[in-house]
Amino acid sequence: MSIGHTLLGLLESGPRHGYDLKRAFDAKFGQDRPLHYGQVYSTMSRLLKNGLVEVDGIEPGGGPERKRYAITDAGITDVAQWLATPEKPEPYLQSTLYTKVVLALLTHRDAAGILDTQRAEHLRMMRILTDRKRKGDLADQLICDHALFHLEADLRWLELTAARLDKLAQTVVTA
Amino acid sequence: MTAPAGALLVAEGLRKTYGPTTALDGAEFSIHPGEVVAVMGPSGSGKSTLLHCLAGIVTPDAGSIRYAGREMATMSDAERSALRRSEFGFVFQFGQLVPELSCVENVALPLRLNGAPRKAAERAAREWMARLEVDDIAGKRPGEVSGGQGQRVAVARALVTSPRVLFADEPTGALDSLNGERVMELLTDAARSTNAAVVLVTHEARVAAYSDREIVVRDGRSRDMERVV
Repeated sequence: MSIGHTLLGLLESGPRHGYDLKRAFDAKFGQDRPLHYGQVYSTMSRLLKNGLVEVDGIEPGGGPERKRYAITDAGITDVAQWLATPEKPEPYLQSTLYTKVVLALLTHRDAAGILDTQRAEHLRMMRILTDRKRKGDLADQLICDHALFHLEADLRWLELTAARLDKLAQTVVTA
Repeated sequence: MTAPAGALLVAEGLRKTYGPTTALDGAEFSIHPGEVVAVMGPSGSGKSTLLHCLAGIVTPDAGSIRYAGREMATMSDAERSALRRSEFGFVFQFGQLVPELSCVENVALPLRLNGAPRKAAERAAREWMARLEVDDIAGKRPGEVSGGQGQRVAVARALVTSPRVLFADEPTGALDSLNGERVMELLTDAARSTNAAVVLVTHEARVAAYSDREIVVRDGRSRDMERVV
C-alpha cells in the first residue's frame, strides 16, 4: 500500500496534524498493522519536500511543535492520478508452497503431508477471519472477505495439487 | 482409534461399497455436543456416504457407529427411525421442503409427526423461523420464496425438534455467496445456542470456516486435520 498517497487522500477532507493522520489511517486502513509515528513524519517530510502538502499552521506545546498539514493542488492531482491508475495484478508465479511441494517430491519426502498441514493452517486462519467478520462492521467484513477469498484460492490450489501429486511426481523426477 | 472422551457420535473403521465402487474404506469420525465439524474432500471422496452412515440412513458394510454410547447396528429399524426423527436434524442442498405446505407448516412438520398438537407445533415453528429471520414468510409456500429464504426455512425445520445432532450436506451449495454466509451464521449460531453437534459436509472452504475443526475424506479414508498440525 502507498502510505504517502493514502495520507494525502485523508488530507483532502481538510488539514490535519500528524497524530490525527495516524489515527485516521489506523482506524480505516491499519487493521492489524498500525502506522508508526516515525513513518507518518518521514512520509509528511517527503510530501512537503515534493510540494504535495504544505504546513497550514504550527501549534507550540510542551513537547515538539505540532504541524498541521494541508494538501496542495499538486497533491490533489497526485491522489487523482494514483486512484485512476489500476493496480498491477500479482502474477503469483513465485510460490513458496509450490517450491516446497516440488522439493518434497524430489527428496522423497511426504508432499501430501505438507499439503495437508498447509491446508489445516489456511483453514485455521480462515476461521479467525470468519469470526472477526461475524463480529465486525461492514468495513471489517469487506477487508476480511478480501483476505478470505485469497486464502480460499490457495486452498483450491492445495486441493488440486493434492489430486495431481502422482503426476507431478513423475514430471519433477524425470525433468 | 480411541474414541475421544465425551464424544456424542463416534465411528470407527467404516467400510461401504456400492458394487465395484468403494465409498468408505476405514473412515473414522467423532463429534462432541456443541461442536461443528466440517467433513471436506473432493467430489466422490465418500463424504456424503460418511454422513449417511453416521445418520443411520445407510448401513455400513463394516465398522462401528456409536451414538450416545449405543451401537447403532444393534438398534432396530424402528429405533433408528425414531432416532432420526427426534434426535437428528437434516439440512440438504435442495428439494427438502414439501411444496404443498406453507413454510410454517413445513417447519412444524417434524413436531406434528412426533405427535405434537398443531397450534403448539406451529408456535414453536414460528419461534424458530424468527431466529432464522424468515418469520415474515410463514404463510407462503416454498415455491413463492427465494432460495436463501427456503434454505433458512429448512434449517428452522431441522432445528425445531431441538436435535442433538444436525447433519448438513452442502447446505449452502445452491445459494449465492452472501446468502450462503448468512445461512451458515444463523445455522451455527442456532446450533451452538442449543448445544447441538453439527456434521457439516462441504467442499467449500468458506463454509468450512464456520466449523470448529475439519476432517478430510479422500478415497474413502478420513483424516482428522486437528491431529495433522
